[in-house]
Amino acid sequence: MVKTTYSEIRAYTPGWLALAGGLGVVIVAALAAVWHMEHEGHWVTGMTNQVVWGLPHVFAVFLIVAASGALNIASIGSVFGREPYRPLGRLSGLVAMALLAGGLAVLVLDLGRPDRLAVAMTHFNFKSIFAWNVILYSGFFAVVAVYLWTMMDWRLKRFYRPAALGAFLWRLVLTTGTGSIFGFLVAREAYGAAVMAPLFIAMSFADGLAVFILVLLFAAKSTGRPLGEQMLTRLVRLLGLFVAANLYFVALHHVTQLYFAGRGGVESFVLAQGGVYTTLFWVAQIGLGGILPLVIAFAGCGHAARRRATMASALVVVGGLAQVYVLIVGGQAWPLDLFPGMEVASSFADGRVHTYVPTLAETVLGLGGVAIAGFIVLLGVTALRFLPAGLADTVEAAEDRH
Amino acid sequence: MTDASLYPPLPLAGEGRGEGGSHVSAGLAPSASLTLGPLSRKRARETKLSRRHLLLASGAVLIAAPALARDKGQPASSAQHWGLLIDTGKCSEGCTTCVEACKAEMGLKGHDRPLTDAQYVRKIDVKDPATGNTHSLPVMCQHCDKPACVDVCPTGASMKRADGIVLVDRHICIGCRYCMMACPYKARSFAHEEQTGQQPYLPRGKGTVEGCTLCVHRIDAGQVPVCVEACATRAKGAMLFGDLNDPNSEIARRVATEATTRIRADLGLLPSVRYQRI
Amino acid sequence: MLARLLVLLLMFGITAAALAADLPAPPKAKAGTTCVAAAEVMRRDHPDMLKHQRDDTLRLGIRGGTASLRDCVACHATRAADGTPVPVNAPGQFCQSCHAYAAVTPDCFDCHATTPAPVKEAAR
Repeated sequence: MVKTTYSEIRAYTPGWLALAGGLGVVIVAALAAVWHMEHEGHWVTGMTNQVVWGLPHVFAVFLIVAASGALNIASIGSVFGREPYRPLGRLSGLVAMALLAGGLAVLVLDLGRPDRLAVAMTHFNFKSIFAWNVILYSGFFAVVAVYLWTMMDWRLKRFYRPAALGAFLWRLVLTTGTGSIFGFLVAREAYGAAVMAPLFIAMSFADGLAVFILVLLFAAKSTGRPLGEQMLTRLVRLLGLFVAANLYFVALHHVTQLYFAGRGGVESFVLAQGGVYTTLFWVAQIGLGGILPLVIAFAGCGHAARRRATMASALVVVGGLAQVYVLIVGGQAWPLDLFPGMEVASSFADGRVHTYVPTLAETVLGLGGVAIAGFIVLLGVTALRFLPAGLADTVEAAEDRH
Repeated sequence: MTDASLYPPLPLAGEGRGEGGSHVSAGLAPSASLTLGPLSRKRARETKLSRRHLLLASGAVLIAAPALARDKGQPASSAQHWGLLIDTGKCSEGCTTCVEACKAEMGLKGHDRPLTDAQYVRKIDVKDPATGNTHSLPVMCQHCDKPACVDVCPTGASMKRADGIVLVDRHICIGCRYCMMACPYKARSFAHEEQTGQQPYLPRGKGTVEGCTLCVHRIDAGQVPVCVEACATRAKGAMLFGDLNDPNSEIARRVATEATTRIRADLGLLPSVRYQRI
Repeated sequence: MLARLLVLLLMFGITAAALAADLPAPPKAKAGTTCVAAAEVMRRDHPDMLKHQRDDTLRLGIRGGTASLRDCVACHATRAADGTPVPVNAPGQFCQSCHAYAAVTPDCFDCHATTPAPVKEAAR
């Protein structure tokens, strides 16, 4: 086994300053958007009493889901003992924490009363999966921090395996909790199914790895650190596997829904007549974010591994965002069914498909979460030794493939 | 069964239409008794209504207080379980008396933005596409015995009082709107903007979730919810309020002897609001 | 050096501001009423009293407690020349004058009514 050396990246270079400045601008813009939304009240957003969760929640859920998925690389290396992945473990843990922080920031800043965050931390209704998630999300930081410590401090080597196993199990429970936010909703026909939990886990595997690959490629390229073809090929094939798992659970979910006669309405809405949601589902989620990455990963497209990794990962991220959008917003656009089988009308938009158009403020807030995650990763790799000095292919790595 | 004067004095708080809103507070206690006014006696003789029908038509039963105001310092008790019984057959399409009364009572002024303005109670027109049958009914918070909103609320702001009334504790509501995702009845609204002109008994403010309180401030004072009172005095008296736990109450008697149903009873949330003829 | 100078300036500024601030002069309560506790007690303890009772009232349904925000407003809201009540959180009014002096911004009046119930409402 080749010993991996890690090193910090150099701060205050022109590139570093440009990146930090760019991310900072987005974060400041997001804070301005929050101030606007919270000062005026949520009526200035696209969210209504019909569509109560909008684009901020799409970004937040995507980031949180991707966070748990990004930790998989570390888990594969340490829990499942795949040596070639080990050098990436530290970065994996950092990206996971950063994505979670970004997602939670968006979630919290969109609250009606973000000033009452302390209330959420001190009042717990233990029957609420949301309250459990508050604990799971906070705990994730602690668990991953310990895991990273055991990775980086040789004196704690003996805690490395237990910490890795703990972090892996924690992230599975965390994503189960996130999926159950929707799975536990008996009222909403588009969700309300136990399959939401495994679907979210599959989603997190794919989305998290895609984000991780993009971060890795960018870090390697901008710091001039070598990144071997074989490593990238391996990552892309793994991504393909996760994308396939995601597609499987999506199919399972919709086939189940179609089988239940009462849910035909919401299914024909999402799959056929839902306008923007149908387009997003088939074109962005299934086409761009599902089929195409599979083709790139397994059928090969003649491009170099780096190019394929970039394309596949970017497509999976686009597809992942579309998937969460269709799920959250599309699921709410379909009206609640108070009187099954009846036609209804009221002053409160009963029986009508609801419209939702995200405003600039919501979009900027969502992007702010991404920027926060990026900024944390940048600070992390600058301050501590998260990035391997090089990941060029070794003979050993080449052999490991067979 | 022809002469109303045969019957003992009735606890008649607000007789018939045409009276304003000021009659209720004094006459609502069950002990307060009034004899029938000359108008209703005449009407009863003319139309030969049964006593029960007379009472329903006059709205007396509907707005007679089912209980005295609770004593100072006494908490709400699970010995009582407040509920509503709504007879859809008496609810006309286009009538929004209950909705308007609610808005006035609760100080819901709105901002002419129907998608974000709060609605505690709304009228839903239902049509059976197979038969063409139509009916209309008010839908408010159904005050479920197993409320989904209470289960999902992360802080416990969404709560059910001992006597079955489901409320939002806006002191600890963080405005996450998960309860609005969970409620199958679309009973809750989010305060999308700064609020002014609140009623002293109904605090409400930006960034928190709100909904029908079953007029908890009136119930605690021994009055019936304002929608029930408005429907009885200004519309057809389609709504009956009372204590489902008290076997002698009108509502308990009727739900025990007549066919009633609950909206989306299949979900098993056990709403305290029941409907007839839907 | 610069930092020390700044700290010194800041300290001086704070002291000067504290000395310069006039004691609040909240308007008197409605004539002929007495408060639920002595003024010194109310000044110090009214947040706790209100906070305790709000949970009793809302969550347990206990009515008629002494520390009612609604009753505070009923006694302490003043009336303008034309007879309309002035919100208690308006500048110089009972709640606001002290809260401004103590530099606190409780969010009671984000939700709670700042004027007593209109007479019409009370008669209902």
